[in-house]
This record gives sequence, structure tokens and C-alpha cells, in this order.
Amino acid sequence: MEINLPNEGMPKIPPMKSTPLIFLFVILFVIFSGAGSLFYQVSADEVGVVQRFGKYARTANPGLQMKLPFGIETVRLIKVTHVFKEEFGFRTVQSGPRSVYAGREIDQNRSQNFRLNNRNFANGGDPFLEESMMLTGDLNVAVVEWIIQYTIKDPVQYAFRIRNPRETIRNMSEAIMRLVVGDKTIKEVLTQEREEIGYEVQRKLQEVLDSYGLGVAIQNVILQEVTPPDEVKPSFNEVNEARQEKEKVVNQAWEEYNRVIPKAKGEAEQLIRSAEGYALERINKALGDAERFNLSLAAYQAAPVVTKKRLYLEMLDQVMPELREKMFMDDAQKGLLPLLNLNQEHQGVEK
Amino acid sequence: MKQGIPALLIIVLSLVGIVVINSAYIIDATEQVVVTEFGKPVGGPVQEPGLNWKLPFIQKVDKFDKRIMEWDGYPSEIPTADRKFIWVDVTGRWRIENALLYFQTLHNERTAQSRLDDIMDGITRNFITKYNLPEIVRSTNHIIELSQTKDDEDAHLDVEVERIDTGRDEITRKILETARKVVKDYGIELIDLRIKRIKYNDTVQKKVFERMISESKRAAEQLRSEGQGVLAEIYGQKDKDLKKITSEAYKQAQGIKGKADAEATKIYGDAYSKDPEFFAFKETLERYPDSLRDAKLLLTTDSDFLKYLKKVDA
Repeated sequence: MEINLPNEGMPKIPPMKSTPLIFLFVILFVIFSGAGSLFYQVSADEVGVVQRFGKYARTANPGLQMKLPFGIETVRLIKVTHVFKEEFGFRTVQSGPRSVYAGREIDQNRSQNFRLNNRNFANGGDPFLEESMMLTGDLNVAVVEWIIQYTIKDPVQYAFRIRNPRETIRNMSEAIMRLVVGDKTIKEVLTQEREEIGYEVQRKLQEVLDSYGLGVAIQNVILQEVTPPDEVKPSFNEVNEARQEKEKVVNQAWEEYNRVIPKAKGEAEQLIRSAEGYALERINKALGDAERFNLSLAAYQAAPVVTKKRLYLEMLDQVMPELREKMFMDDAQKGLLPLLNLNQEHQGVEK
Repeated sequence: MKQGIPALLIIVLSLVGIVVINSAYIIDATEQVVVTEFGKPVGGPVQEPGLNWKLPFIQKVDKFDKRIMEWDGYPSEIPTADRKFIWVDVTGRWRIENALLYFQTLHNERTAQSRLDDIMDGITRNFITKYNLPEIVRSTNHIIELSQTKDDEDAHLDVEVERIDTGRDEITRKILETARKVVKDYGIELIDLRIKRIKYNDTVQKKVFERMISESKRAAEQLRSEGQGVLAEIYGQKDKDLKKITSEAYKQAQGIKGKADAEATKIYGDAYSKDPEFFAFKETLERYPDSLRDAKLLLTTDSDFLKYLKKVDA
């Protein structure tokens, strides 16, 4: 240093002509580096939040845009039409585009700590289970996996209001899911109210994030797999099996019932119809007989004595040829002496 | 001397540059700064973003975040008032409200975070130990209203739930309020505080699982025997319905027949009673041919048939 100071005439060493050349290089360098920071591109799904000396200046739309160079203006690109997704209790194996956020060193340390904690918390367990395992209002344990989808509705708020928005969204989503599930029974959580829980979490999460001025809109909170914990699952399945078994047994019983009863009903109907047939027959027969009697009575009354004799003789006409043996006896005779015994075969029978 | 002019210019320019760079500073929209002069703060914290100036070399600028920042506590195992051991993991959101105070008391975020850990852990512990587990898990008595209108399906999942007076929302609000007062002394505004996770400790969890398992087993058994019960009931119903159907049909059929018999009897009676003698005569005669077929008939000569055998004029 001491030596250099008196040697102020350092430019003496290069020839005089080179000095304008250096200036030219400097100027060219300045121009190129300036041009490089002068233009920037905003993609179709983004907007650019431009800051001049750190202060918010304007929001730039998609396309090729200009800003003041040399760090006077800086730009942050924020994806406003992109639907961001956060998964809880599981992770899609092929990780999709991750939201870009400016992580600071301290943040990273922090999340490192957090992960370590997590491991403690889980007692060596599955870290995803730590996210998804929760207490229900009836003090049971349910494993709830869910996703949230959100968009950035206010890029300026999103850029400046909160540090590490993604972690805030994640933390609050977990807190609120547990708050909501904590007010339900395991039965509701497992079966009936999945959609309702989703809506409730969405509404409450939006409220909280709006209160921070985070500038995101929660599009969806969707419950994925909701199960009892693994340890309990077999016994829950057993309940389901028993329920199905019950239904099966009951169905079989009804099947038997349905097989027997309609048949019996048919048979009963048959019995009744045939009784009705009997009744018709009986009455018609009676009516017929009565009619016949009435008519013959009328005829008889016209000539009673003759008719009576005629009927009697007619009967004898029918009876006599059919008789096997006819015996005639004088009424004065007291013994049983046959007057006629013409039937030879009869003797064999008598013997 | 001529060639010395540009060199001098460069030196002067770079000196100016150094001074300018040392006196100008940019405050980002996410930042606020505290300006100190040999360690002594000058004026209040500057929050307005943009290009600012300070005395070069003498004044120093410390930048702090102006945004809402996260605080995520360590999970801690805390017994509740009803002696249930649970892990509680609390998360909060805060920002530097008074950068100067923050700077003086905590200096940087690392210290701030660990101070927040200490403060929150203590306060959370104090409140959690005061309440029973249901108070910490639930916010409302919604479940109780629900259980009064429950259906019997999945009845095994219904557990007695006790009524709560305070609830999770209110407890977290109390923790937040208390903590908010404490952290104010550090220039910090606590914006929000929430219980992120609650979990049984392993021993309790094991017991809870055991309870869930035994309840499920009981329920399965109950379902099975209910099935058998319903089966027997349906079979009983079947027998009953069967007997009812056949007996009713029999009853109805007999009624129909009886009615017909009665009517027929009446018809016969009405007809025949006009001349019972003729009826008897006619009906009797009609029966002779069939009844007397192949019979031996002994007739005396005083019968109507043979009387003419003896003499014409009886």
C-alpha cells in the first residue's frame, strides 16, 4: 500500500491509446448487463409483482415486460392461475410442481427442527401418520387423509404479507381439520360426513387465512381415505363382516318366507274358490231338484191316484229285472215257503 | 499529467460510489429496519419500503422481517386434568410489531423462536393441565345433540360423551390471549395460535385402541346374534302367517259351504214341504232301483203289486 501510493502513475505503464478502449469495455459491459436485467418474461399462468427499491410498484401481466435495470426494479413471478395442491397423510409418489417460495436460511433450519420434532412426536412412526392421525370428539382415533387445493387470489398480498405461505397453509389446514374432526364422532368421520367436514374445513381455513391476509383462495378440501388406525382395522372389518353376515341371514330368512307364504296364499285362495264352487253346485242342484219336484208335484196333483200307481209300476219296471231272487208268498200263509225258486245258482250260494 | 486525469476520475468516482453504497439502503416491502449509530438506535424503526439514506460508515442498518412469520412449537407431553397423557403440538403466527424492542430484547429470529418456544410451552402446559381431555378435543356439544337422535346402525361406535363447558376454541383463545400479553414485551405481536395436533401418548393410545377393538368385537357379536334373532323372528312370522292364511281360508271355505248348505236345505224344504207325502213317495220310489239291485225280494200276495195275482177286485 505504502509503495503503491507514490506510484500513482500506474496508468503510465499501459500506452495512452488503451485508455479509451477500457472505457469502451466498461460501457459495453454496463449496457449488456443492463439489458439483461431490463427485460423479463411473464408466463401465461403468472403475474409479475414489480418492486422499485423494494417497494411495490406494479403488477405485470403475462408477456415480455420491461423494468428498470441494475436492481432498481426487481420482479417476483407468482403463479396466479395455477391450482396448488397440498397433501396430508400421504404424498403422491411423483411429486408435481411445487409452489415456489423464498426460503430463508432460518426457515430451513426451522423446518429441519420441525422434522426432527416430528420424528420425536411419532416415536419413530410414519411421519405421514402424524399428519393424519387425529382424535375424534368421542375420544376415538381416526386416520384422515385429505388434500387441499388453492389458488393465489391476490399476488401482492401473497408476496408480501406472510413469510412461507405454504407452511402456514399446511399448519392451519392441519389445525383446522383437527378442530373440525374433534367435534365429530368417529362414526360421522368414517362414514357419513366426509363432504360436510371438507366444506367446514374449507370455510374455516379460508376465514383464518383471510385474517392473515395471505391472499389465497381455498378451492377445495377433499377427504381422501378415512380409516380407523391400523391396529383397530381388523376388528372394524369384523364388524362390517358381521353386519353383512346379519344381512345375509336376514335375507335368507325372508327368502324362505317369500317362498312359503305366497304359495300358501295361493292354496288358501284355491280352497276358498273351490268352496265357492261347491256352494254354487249345491244351490243349483237344490234349485234343480226343487224345480223338478215342483213340476212333478203339479202333474201329480192333476191326477193323484193314477200317477201314484203309474210311478209305482214304473219303479217296479226298473227294480224287478235287476233283482237276483224274487219270492212271492201268500199273505195267508204264515211260514216262509217259497212260491218260486227259479234261480239255480243261488243254491250254491246258500250252501 | 494528461494521462493522470482519467485515472484520478476513476478513483474519485469509486470513492463516491463507496460512500453512496454505504449510505443508501433499500427496504424491501417485506422488511423493516432499525438504524443504529455505534450500536445506539437512531430514531424509530423504518417500515416504509423504498430507497433510504443513512450516514455512511457511522450508521448501521439491521433488517427485520415485516411479514407474518410462523412459529411451530415442539410437541410436548402434557397430562390433562383427567390424567390423560397427550402430546400437544401448537403452532402460531406472529410478527415483529416493535422492531426496536425486538432488536433490543431478542436481537435475531433464532433467539426469538426459542423464546417463543419457552413461553408458549409453559402457557400451553398451564392451560391444558387445567382441563379434561374432551374440553381440549371438542369445541361444541354438537356430538351430544347428535347422539340423542342416533340411529342404531353402527351403534358400537357410540361412546358416552361428556358435556363440555369451555372447549378447544375457547382454550386456544385463552392461551393466545395470555401469550399475547407476554410476548408484547419483546416487541412481538402474536397474531394467532392454534393446536395443530393432539395425540394420545403411547400407553393411552394402546388402551384406546384396545377399547375400540373390544367395542368392535362386542358389536360384531351383537350383530351376529341380532341376525340370528331376526332370523328366528322371520321364521316365527312365517309360521304364524302360514297358519293364519290356511286357517282363515278354511274358515272362509267352511262358511261358504255352510251357507250354501243352508240355502240348499231351505230350497229343498220349501219345495218338498208343499206335499211331504208325495215327496216321500216319489223319493222313496226313486231309491228302490239302486238299493234293490241284486237283492232277494220276498213279496206277499197282499202287496200292491201282487194283490191282483190273487184277485182282480181287492
